Amino acid sequence: MTERVPAVRIAGITKRFGDVTAVDDIDLEIGDGEFFALLGPSGCGKTTTLRMIAGLDFPTMGSLKIFGDEVGTLPPNKRPVNTVFQAYALFPHMNVADNIAFGLKMQKVDRLERDRRVAEAVGLVQLGGMEGRRPNQLSGGQQQRVALARALVNRPKVLLLDEPLGALDLKLRQEMQLELKALQREVGITFVFVTHDQEEALTMSDRIAVMHEGRLLQTGAPEDIYQRPSNRFVADFIGRTNLLEGTVASAGEVVLSNGMRVQAASEHAFGAKVAVSLRPEQAFLHRRGGAPGGWPSIDGVLREVTYVGNALVHSVAVDWITIEVRAPHRSTETPLQVGDDVSVSWAPGGVTVVGD
Amino acid sequence: MTAVAGRPLPGASAVRLSGLARGFSLTRGALAANATLVYLFFYAPIALLVVFSFSADRNVGRWGGFTLSWYDDFIGNTSIQNAIWVSLRVALVSTVVSVVLGTLAAFAIERFRFRGRQAFDALLYLPIIIPDVTMAVMMLLFFSEFFDLINLLFGTDLRKGFASIAVSHIAFNISFVSVVVRARLAGMDRRLEEAAMDLYASRWKAFRHVTLPQIAPGVAGGALLALTLSLDDVVVTQFAAGPGATTLPVYVFGLIRRGVTPLINSVSVVMLVASIGLVLLSLFVQRSRSSAAVGPQGAVAGRSRRSS
Repeated sequence: MTERVPAVRIAGITKRFGDVTAVDDIDLEIGDGEFFALLGPSGCGKTTTLRMIAGLDFPTMGSLKIFGDEVGTLPPNKRPVNTVFQAYALFPHMNVADNIAFGLKMQKVDRLERDRRVAEAVGLVQLGGMEGRRPNQLSGGQQQRVALARALVNRPKVLLLDEPLGALDLKLRQEMQLELKALQREVGITFVFVTHDQEEALTMSDRIAVMHEGRLLQTGAPEDIYQRPSNRFVADFIGRTNLLEGTVASAGEVVLSNGMRVQAASEHAFGAKVAVSLRPEQAFLHRRGGAPGGWPSIDGVLREVTYVGNALVHSVAVDWITIEVRAPHRSTETPLQVGDDVSVSWAPGGVTVVGD
Repeated sequence: MTAVAGRPLPGASAVRLSGLARGFSLTRGALAANATLVYLFFYAPIALLVVFSFSADRNVGRWGGFTLSWYDDFIGNTSIQNAIWVSLRVALVSTVVSVVLGTLAAFAIERFRFRGRQAFDALLYLPIIIPDVTMAVMMLLFFSEFFDLINLLFGTDLRKGFASIAVSHIAFNISFVSVVVRARLAGMDRRLEEAAMDLYASRWKAFRHVTLPQIAPGVAGGALLALTLSLDDVVVTQFAAGPGATTLPVYVFGLIRRGVTPLINSVSVVMLVASIGLVLLSLFVQRSRSSAAVGPQGAVAGRSRRSS
């Protein structure tokens, strides 16, 4: 068998609205059966990218293929994809069953088959007994399930989700994250979802594409993106991090702005302005001079300790920045006091070098 | 007031309180009087109109004993009946056509970006803004020039009449319908249409199955407005009408010039009863529609009404 055809293949796609470039020359491949996240802050072009896959916006340039077929300018009703809209866009004048049946009706699926598939979809999203209700008589979570069922009942080749959990409160959102993931495994359809919540993207997806200002910065598995961010923006946007500014001195060494030399591999050219990314949970805090031998360390003063439930977040003032250190809360150790002289250290190789 | 007076209060504040209470009842009295006057102002002429339609005296305003003879005259008068018939036909035709065109125009302006959109938008409002007489003169000029041209070119014999009245009414009704429908369209979530198209609906089907049910109250409102405006219009119709066809308001206007008799009263009373009937019907339809729930409030209100 030949190589598997990607579910979505985006090549050189650009979208301009007047003078504004919303999406700037993106290349992207989404595999069959993947749970794929488009992640970025608002206005980064992720929703526009999703809308182009759906056919709600047409690209200014480039090629867009769904399972090998060019769909660039096909209208949405001619594409084998369905969308779960932000805030759901359920039809207010139809009840749950009619909402779900809408796509099948438009495709002229006969009545018996339609009823059977609607019942199946209702069961899939656990909405039995709600068929006769109108959208305004449902809770946010229920509306979200209707939106899912309304899309999935058509058995799309790709399901697009635009901030699907954005309208739900935290607890429900966490539940739905797991449910969506389980649902995706069950139906085996490619899911492409847009989110600005990095935690959500990390939890749910097989792969993530990070976007910023219309450009695609990095694509990869959650661990890759978290541990090996390709640049400063990704490092800062995904999780929390401390960025220590510096310049590349040699292939394995960066000189920080305070003159300290840090061993860190990078492919950046000699003299390039870079930052060393130190994750708060990969940094360790000791009394001044207590760092393990051979570990790089920076001296500073403990400025603040914040209790966040499962951990303590320490803010350490170093002479030119403040470093955040996250440590599990252990009551046995004699606690450090605010104002104490401390050292921040990390294991060799525990940092990443990121460029602009 | 009695509760305040019965409570043991220091003298001064008791006086002040009762003064306040008196001021309050004065305001209430003034408001009540105002309301009465306003209603009197509205409805006394109508009451007089109805009363004198049953007066036997030829002069309106002088009571000459009860009679139904003006209604007899009205029933026997074929030109009045013709005028009513023309009025109704014009109203129906112009309403149907202007609702279709006005809704489409509203949809085009609200949903699409095209060259000349803003000019089109401004032009659409023109018939609402310009005075009736201007509109009427324009219509007169248009029809005489246009018909002359057609007659000259094709040797036909087109004259002003039913068709020219209907066209002139369509011309002003389109604006009113599109304004009302646009207001409703602007309040509708565009994503609903996108969702419909995402779910395999063509543009037309999305409009038919999603947009139209959402804007239906606006379309119905526009239709009622168009119907009323058409039935009411005197000025434009007078200029666009020909010798063969007149509408009821124009006919009544003509009657007044020939001397006012209670016949006009009886005609007016019949029109009044008919319009009250229409209003009641539309209220009834709206009520039964809202219990079927369109908007979020509609559903709740509808249910609570049924349960109470």
